[in-house]
Formats: sequence, C-alpha cells, structure tokens
Amino acid sequence: MSKRLIVNPAWCKGCGICAEFCPKKVLMIVKEKVTVANPDDCIKCGMCEMRCPDYAIYLEEAHDEE
Amino acid sequence: MASELITKYMREEHLPHIWCPGCGHGILMRDVAQAIKNLGIDQEKVCLVSGIGCASRAAGYMDFQTMHTTHGRAIAFATGVKMARPDLEVIVIAGDGDVAAIGGNHLIHAARRNIGITVIVFNNDIYGMTGGQYSPTTPTGEFGTTAPYGNIDRPFDIAVLAAAAGASYVAKGTAYHAPQTIKLIENGIKHKGFSLIDCAGICATYYGRKNKKGSAVDMMKFQRDNTITVEQAKTLPREQREGKFILGKLVENDFPEFSDEYQRIIDSLKEKKQ
Amino acid sequence: MKNRVLMQGNEAVVEGAIKAGMRFFAGYPITPSTEIAEQSAVRLPQVGGHFIQMEDEIGSMAAVIGASAVGTKSMTATSGPGFSLKQENIGYACMTEIPCVIVDVQRSGPSTGLPTSPSQGDVMQARWGTHGDHSIIAISPSSVEECYHLAIRCFNLAEKYRTPVIFLMDEIVGHLREGIEIDDDENIEIVERKLKQRPDTLHLPYHVCEGDDVPRFHLTGYDIRYNITGLSHGPDGFPTNNNEVAGKLVTRLMQKIEHNVDDIVQVEEKYCDDADTIIVCYGGTTRCVMSAVEQLRAKGRKVGYFRPITVWPFPEKQLAALSKKVKNIIVAEHNYGQILLEVQRIVKNCKIGFVGKVDGTVIMPDEIIKAVEEVK
Repeated sequence: MSKRLIVNPAWCKGCGICAEFCPKKVLMIVKEKVTVANPDDCIKCGMCEMRCPDYAIYLEEAHDEE
Repeated sequence: MASELITKYMREEHLPHIWCPGCGHGILMRDVAQAIKNLGIDQEKVCLVSGIGCASRAAGYMDFQTMHTTHGRAIAFATGVKMARPDLEVIVIAGDGDVAAIGGNHLIHAARRNIGITVIVFNNDIYGMTGGQYSPTTPTGEFGTTAPYGNIDRPFDIAVLAAAAGASYVAKGTAYHAPQTIKLIENGIKHKGFSLIDCAGICATYYGRKNKKGSAVDMMKFQRDNTITVEQAKTLPREQREGKFILGKLVENDFPEFSDEYQRIIDSLKEKKQ
Repeated sequence: MKNRVLMQGNEAVVEGAIKAGMRFFAGYPITPSTEIAEQSAVRLPQVGGHFIQMEDEIGSMAAVIGASAVGTKSMTATSGPGFSLKQENIGYACMTEIPCVIVDVQRSGPSTGLPTSPSQGDVMQARWGTHGDHSIIAISPSSVEECYHLAIRCFNLAEKYRTPVIFLMDEIVGHLREGIEIDDDENIEIVERKLKQRPDTLHLPYHVCEGDDVPRFHLTGYDIRYNITGLSHGPDGFPTNNNEVAGKLVTRLMQKIEHNVDDIVQVEEKYCDDADTIIVCYGGTTRCVMSAVEQLRAKGRKVGYFRPITVWPFPEKQLAALSKKVKNIIVAEHNYGQILLEVQRIVKNCKIGFVGKVDGTVIMPDEIIKAVEEVK
C-alpha cells in the first residue's frame, strides 16, 4: 500500500517546522508556503504531518495507484 | 482538504485555526485527536470542556461535544458534566494561566477528589491571547509584557502540583515529541480517575520574541535537544535537570474515582429502601 | 394527597426543587443558606441525584451549568458574598441559555457584613450583577410554603425560558419554621425541556423556530455534537465577530423575558380595592407589612399592600395601574432603597414614602404604621 504526500497551501502558515524536521530534507518553504522539493526522497515517515501545527501537510493512501 | 484524522475529529469548516504560525497548540490539538482515534471512543461520548485563552479555542475546532466556558473554570464545569453523565469521557484542554492561575483552585481540588476527568495542559509559559504577560509557569528571570525587568515569581511545575494534590495519573509531554505525547494522552484518557498531561507548547510570537528564543523552529529544536525522560530526571544531579523538559509518566495509581464512589452511596440508599 | 409538615424555609426550597426535578446541586457553605446544601446532600442521593460540595462559590456555579448542559436540572444556593462570586458564570448561563436556579438567601452587607442578619441588599445585584446587557428572572418568597411552591416555579421558568432564575430569599424566610402543606399529587405543573424536533435545526443549537422566543434544546452529551460558548455566537453556536449577529443575540436574550412578562410576572395585592395608601414590599418584609396593614385596617384606615412575587422583571404594568387608584405609596424593604428606585421610576402621581433598614434588625410593624401616618 503506497502513500502520497499532500499539501494544503491554503492552511499553511509557513512556520517551517515540517521542513526543518523532515529527516530526508524533502520539504522547503517557498514564499511562506511549504513545497515538496524532493518528492523522490520522501520515506513517508509522517513526521511532517504529526508536527504541522496547521494540518496543512499529510500522507494519504494513494488509491489511484492500486 | 485535510487528512482523514482531521476531517473526522475536527470541524474542518472552522479551520485554519486562529493560532499563530508555528504555534505548538496546533500540534498538541492534533495529538488529542489522534489519541482519541487510537482509543476508538465515539465522538458523541467525548465532552470537551475548555476555559478562556489561546488553548481554550480548541473546543471550537474539535468535533466532539464541546463547551467553551469561562476563564479558569473549565475543570469546575467539567465536574458538573462528569457527575451528571459519568458515562461521558470528559476532557479539559487548558492553558497554563487558565489552569494554574485563575483556575488553580479547581485543579487541585479536582485532583484531590480524583474525579474522572482528563486535563490536557497546553503549557506555553505565557498569556498569549492577551499579548504576552508572564504566567504561573514563566521561569524566573524571563520576560513578559508585565515582567519588563524580568520575572521575579517562581514558576509552578503543573504536573508536580497535580500529583501532590492527589491526581492519580500525571504525565508530561512536549509539542516536539508528538508520538510519545499521543501515547501519554491516550493513557491519561483511559485512566479511570483524575489525570493530567502537562504538555510543553511553543509560543514563538510572544514568549519566544520576548525572551529571544528565536523562531518556532528554533524553539522546537530547543525542546528536542533539552528533553530528558522521567527516569533520567530521577537519577540526574539537580544542576543537569535544571531547565530541562521532562517526558513520560510521573504518577499512576488506582485511587477510587469520585463519581463511582458517589454511585455507591446512591446504590446503598436504594438497598436500604428495599 | 397533602401532607402537613413543619419545615424551615431553607429545607422547603430543597423539597420544592426535588419535586421540580432537580437532580444536581453544587454549593459551598455560607450563612444563612447552608441548610439548603445540607438538605440537598441528604436528599439528592435518595432520589438518584448528585450533590457536590465544591471548592468555592465560583466552582459551584460552574458545576451547576455543566450538569444542566448535559440535561440535569440543577441548582446552587448562596448568600451575598457568594452571589457576588457567582456573577460571571451567571452571565455565562444567560449567554449560553442554560437553565439553572440560583438561590440567594440575602444577608446584611456589603462585604461580610452581618452574616446572620436579614437584609434585602441584593435586589439590584440580582438584576445587574453580571456584566453586559441581559434579562433575568428573580422570584422572592415570603413564607415557607412559598419557598416550596416558588422553587418549583423557578425551575419551570428556567426551563421554559432557558435562563438562570434567581430565587431571591432572605434570612427571615430562610430560617423561618412554619407548618406547610406539601402536595404530592400529580397536579403540580412541572416544565420539561422543549427538545428540537426539526431535523434541519438539530445542528443549530441556537436556532429559534418562528413563533418561539427561545431556542429548543438539543442536549450536549447525546447524539448531535455541537459547541457552546460565552462568546457572541450565531444559531450554529460558534463564535463570531459579526456585529449584526451579536446585536441580534443580545436583543433576543432581553426580549425572550421582556416579551413574556405576562406569563412570568406574579404579584399579590391585598386590601388594595378601596385603599388610598399602599405599601410595596416583597420577601420576608411582607410579614411585617401584613401585621401593620391589619392593625391599620382595624383602626379603619384604608391601607393595602402590593407585593411583587416576581421581583425581576419588575411588575411595572400592575404597579402603574394600581398607582392610578391610590394617593400614597410607601416602599418597605430591608435595604437603603433598591426597589424604591423602580417605584419612583414607574409611579408618577402619588406621594412616595420609604421605610428601610440596613442595621441587621427587622422592620417592625410600628415603623410602618408611623410611615403611613407621616405620608398623610
């Protein structure tokens, strides 16, 4: 079962917590919003989702790939 | 557009919340939702009570039975709820000022009674809603808008206070250590008597700025690098414990729960009648 | 069936409240109301209800609102100093429209004052004690029997209008012992919460149906999840800064009481038909006035009394009508003139006299007789 990283820019306040604590440096803050800069490096650990104060980034089951 | 957890346990139409960028409250509120999800409790069976302050706004965002009450009084309101409906899972979310200053009396007495309420403290060491005044947990020597020359008060350790007052489950978590904190909240909710989980938050806007702690990211790093476990805290010499965040369970025991004890009185009177 | 029993006012309140359906009481010891807590502690578990002695007056008020929010008829009791402490949460109950009954057995103040002495110094506090505009219902009993029956009425009005109701007693009535008749028949009206019926309004806790002044209930703790807040809120129960919504809410909170004064207000008028002089009194003071009026009538004087049983909203219409028929109005109350202000506001064409006391002693019939002689 694969997972997908989803970003909701409307809720992102650009605090940078997700990017800083991503163990694989997948995320970047660009113009005060989170961007998935290196999607291939993502190990889907979910730490960004767990520490995002604004629920603006999360992992979702990628149903369309099944 | 949100994760399943948020869609189910929060009122999506009221998000994004009013908290500042990088506010630890958002992380801690998610921890509470995750803990309830992990326990599989029906949303209708959860009554979330809050007081006034930044943390107390959680009541409006979380999709349970929610009561946003008066400053400091959430535990007292929750006591009425629990007595009238012992079947409900009664949870209080409170800030440090709310629960330990204006509401300090209710905290210690609810702990003493051991009534089955779970209190989750979003503890950011400052009054945020009113703009950065020092709180009962602001460390001595630090600054707030009402401590312009440095705080000369000594801070409370809310967890130790609750434990001393008789709380039967007490733990400490942090915004940074989300997985561990979720587990501690879960255990607190599962626990029958009065439980309190004192969670170190992040207030970069007021506390951080007033005390030159850097950004929310810097404050999270500081939490990461300065946290010790309850076990470590027991063995470390005092100087090395100073200023550290503590993570883990401090107290757990099986004192009788208050509403159960009251039910025993009701039952005994019924028996006498028969 | 009617049972004749000897009872104290403070005990009768509890029996009346239980008859009305009270199943939760939270309180804190304070003279001269403590017997109400004591009696509740004995009686409530006997009927499957709950009593709790809270850590303070503020917590008691909070616990009462919490219990009522999840569907349990609830009451607290206090006296002046405690009544002051409860005010913020009474405002919360007004704003969130959670029914509850607050008994205030008034004693001499301000501050600690004379804790065991009678007074009626909290009349204005009952009306305006909490901050912000709101309406309130306050009822004042003058006998032990009324302590029982009006306690039931307090609960009925609280449920019907979704509001805190102040049972404004005083030390005279609270500690009075009288033989009273307690009705245990089914004829006593007990009002239960009007629950929401329309599925489209279930998620709107403060939606008011057309023709209603009061939103119907959907209780916290059952199948529909919703939010209650002391912040300004719309029909959905969530905080809003919208000025129009905020204005509408406060206006409705006022109007749901003011538009229903005919249903809420009760007065007693005695010997008023041919009277040229009437005495306005309420609560325990009525007993002194009654004696004075009877003595004056025996001397052939045309004196009667007018007693607001409902102190708030004040029986404005009734007093205005009566004032057109008489020459003199004397207000008798155990304070420096609180209801006097209302009387002065409403009455235009009469001489107004006043008998008040603030030293902790009771107004004697002679003092009232003297005032009647003087106003002539």
